[in-house]
Amino acid sequence: MDDILQEFVAETRETLDAISGEIVAWEADPADRARLDAIFRFVHTVKGSCGFLDLPRLARLSHAAEDMLAAVRAGDRPPDRALVNAVLAIVDRIGEIVEAIDAGVALDDSDEELLLAALTIPPSRSIAAGAAAAAPNAPARAPVRSIRLSVDLLDRMMNGVSEMVLARNELARRLRETGDETVATALDRLSLTIADLRDTVSRTRMQPVETLFSALPRVVRDTAATLGKQVALTIEGGEVELDREMIEMLRDPLVHIVRNALDHGIEPPAERRAAGKRETGRLAVSARQSGNRIIVEIADDGRGIDTDRLVAKLIALAPEREAELRASGEKARLDLIFEPGLSIRDSATATSGRGVGMDVVRNNVAQVRGRVTLANQPGQGLTIAIEVPLTLAILPAIVIETGGQRFALPRQAVNEIVALPARVVRVDRIGGALVATVRERQLPMVSLETVLGLPARDPAMLVILDVAGGAFALAIDDVVDSEELVIRPAAPAVMAAGIYAGQTLPDSGVPMLLLDVAGIAEAAGIYFPRADADEAPVAAPPADPPRLALLFDDIDGRRRAIALGAIDRIDAVSPGSVCEAGGRWWLRNGEEPVALVSAAALGAPRRAWSALRLHDESGAVACPILDAIDIVALPAEIVPPATPGVIAGVVMIAGEPVELLDPPVLLEQAVGTGRIGRTGRTGHSLPGGIQRPLCLLHGAEAGWMDVFLRPAIEAAGYRVVRRLDTGAAADVVLAMEDEDRAGIAAGRIVRLGRSPGDPLYRYDRAALIAALAGDAAAARA
Amino acid sequence: MTAGTLHLVASVGGRGVLFRAGQVEAVIDVAEVVPTPRAVAGVCGLTALRSRVVTVIDTWRVLGLPAPSSHGGSAGRRRRAVITRMDGHLYAVPVDRLEDAATFVVAPLAPGIVTGECWAAVADGGAIRDGEPLIAIDLARLVARVR
Repeated sequence: MDDILQEFVAETRETLDAISGEIVAWEADPADRARLDAIFRFVHTVKGSCGFLDLPRLARLSHAAEDMLAAVRAGDRPPDRALVNAVLAIVDRIGEIVEAIDAGVALDDSDEELLLAALTIPPSRSIAAGAAAAAPNAPARAPVRSIRLSVDLLDRMMNGVSEMVLARNELARRLRETGDETVATALDRLSLTIADLRDTVSRTRMQPVETLFSALPRVVRDTAATLGKQVALTIEGGEVELDREMIEMLRDPLVHIVRNALDHGIEPPAERRAAGKRETGRLAVSARQSGNRIIVEIADDGRGIDTDRLVAKLIALAPEREAELRASGEKARLDLIFEPGLSIRDSATATSGRGVGMDVVRNNVAQVRGRVTLANQPGQGLTIAIEVPLTLAILPAIVIETGGQRFALPRQAVNEIVALPARVVRVDRIGGALVATVRERQLPMVSLETVLGLPARDPAMLVILDVAGGAFALAIDDVVDSEELVIRPAAPAVMAAGIYAGQTLPDSGVPMLLLDVAGIAEAAGIYFPRADADEAPVAAPPADPPRLALLFDDIDGRRRAIALGAIDRIDAVSPGSVCEAGGRWWLRNGEEPVALVSAAALGAPRRAWSALRLHDESGAVACPILDAIDIVALPAEIVPPATPGVIAGVVMIAGEPVELLDPPVLLEQAVGTGRIGRTGRTGHSLPGGIQRPLCLLHGAEAGWMDVFLRPAIEAAGYRVVRRLDTGAAADVVLAMEDEDRAGIAAGRIVRLGRSPGDPLYRYDRAALIAALAGDAAAARA
Repeated sequence: MTAGTLHLVASVGGRGVLFRAGQVEAVIDVAEVVPTPRAVAGVCGLTALRSRVVTVIDTWRVLGLPAPSSHGGSAGRRRRAVITRMDGHLYAVPVDRLEDAATFVVAPLAPGIVTGECWAAVADGGAIRDGEPLIAIDLARLVARVR
């Protein structure tokens, strides 16, 4: 922790030095947007760091300043003199506190309230208190415990040590020729010292990525706790050693992205449950090397980025950009999250602020010639990859030999090494491919010699290598050694081969190439579908097979879902084939008209529809839609609608509420069209053309009646509906005794009682049938 | 006339060439070249200059000349090469012979002289030494040709 604090102090001090110019310039011209952004990034970074370092005073100050600057950026507050003074006072105070932390002395905080108060003074009442309060009383700076060296100097040190190693090797060779024992002892000592020195020197320059990742569990834990979310963090690839410079550059962006993922990406447990996800969100942070680059990936399984909302937000901020924003493609829209001053969420939180992190992230990464890429799956999650060039890396490697030449393989990728022939391995040809079967696992086999364009011989050894999505066996001649190698990028003309990840100069003094495992697979034409191969090892298996539903845009433009089992097929519908007849809408489809039902109001289509042919044994019924979107798993939780009807409930799909249709109720709309009959025998007309009387289930209990009483009512010779078609009149209305009869134009109401003592108790099936039977006869007469 | 700049005089494929001294970081004897399979054709392989890895360029190929009797590879014969740096990478440009270092005023080639595409792409101009015409090669462009 002390280390990190030291770094924070050094870094903040450095940024303060750099930013003082910006502050002065901003003071001169408060409307200067670029200066404002720079100062804003500074306070934002301080806020981010001290949240983690547990420096509440700094956090409070920087958060307050950030809020105010955000208001200025959003145009909510003019940057008047008072505000500039107040912000400058806070920036000064941040510097003082940082010095105090470094010196380990306490700093009086009595006037901090004043500083904060100065910020919040409304623009009309200007006051000089802010500036006055910041009387600099910086304590004497403590002796500096760390120094900053130029990278060039370190490089020269490193090269010097490498030269020493080579000279030692030369000396050792000469010595073997002469065979002088006494000198040999001295040489051993020299060797040890050199090895030690080399280790130290490389450590001045290098750090395992682990140091970058080690802070994350705490960040995730604290952030998740603050937000009331559950998050499982997995970390991979921490052993790769990277240039310290890169590590430093990656530190802030990484924390920003992780916090953002927790705050904006991963949903609260209830929402996750509703979306059919596990309550515990997953966050995977990994580092790997790919070609000439190191890729740090942060993947969450949250809600992803809603680009439509993003665009709407930006249009609200800058209406003049509307046309440009609306015309932009998905990728361009996604890139909008890097815009300075953009707020993804409507309210700022102490956790990740306003999404400003992303422009800071991109700036930091761009400084080291890296780039940030996004892979967005709305509703499923977001993967952010930070790619930085590999300037230098120390990699645990396996040295192999093939065709008389040595190559290095990253140890991380090596799963297993098998010497051939071995009992556990057999090699076969399948068609044109070589396949190695290692303990019943079939792996594509690649001869390194073939890839390198050398004449292929019988393989002597197999190295099983892991690549994204799978594994393959690489046939080689021999495994020579296992060592830590200092990897540098190779020249572009060499990297163009596509199978190298860098070059190194081992102690032998003979240059060696590091093989790019993914590149070799690609060169050999091996392709693994990037399905969810790495999704498998998760502790909790899904409980039930999910209920599937079709997500679609309904003809009124709303997004709805219907159980997949209710659909027979989806037909295309041309606008000309839809017509109205007898107060109903029909689809002309060959010889047989198809009755249309919908949760939306039916009408003549303005554009081409699709029709969901609903599953019903006795008739042709279809539900017109605009577009089928996707097949989704229905979450367990379905929120009942305010009024029962064709909407069975509301489900959360991809973070959005979606109306779920109730197929039986939907089919019911077709009752009376002749397209559909209930229970097989209750058509709308009886043999002989006698019309069946209509029974309306009315009121809040209609749903209950539908389930419990419908068979009985139908048995009594009625058609049963829960809603009257326009123009239709019910012969009998069934309602609970306390039900309001408002809006019911029927002649007769049968009231059901709630207790056995009532005249017609609702569970008294026989009495109900008798009551209705008399009526039915009367209606027919 | 200007005083001229320091150049290294070499011969490649029987032609006299000049390299601007400012572009040359060192002169080495390339002994062992580690091949780089699948790399672009203009690359011979890798060698070491003290603690640095150097990419060895196939000068003859880049200039469209027939390969010399033996160069690089495991043939073992040491070959002189000039080292130049580009974008942080070191490149060795082997030559048949390195003859001299002298100051030359490089002027555009005489009108009408067509050197061929390979040479034209890397040539800076020419100079005369004791009546022998020399062609000045821009090492940066030579390295850039290897793609």
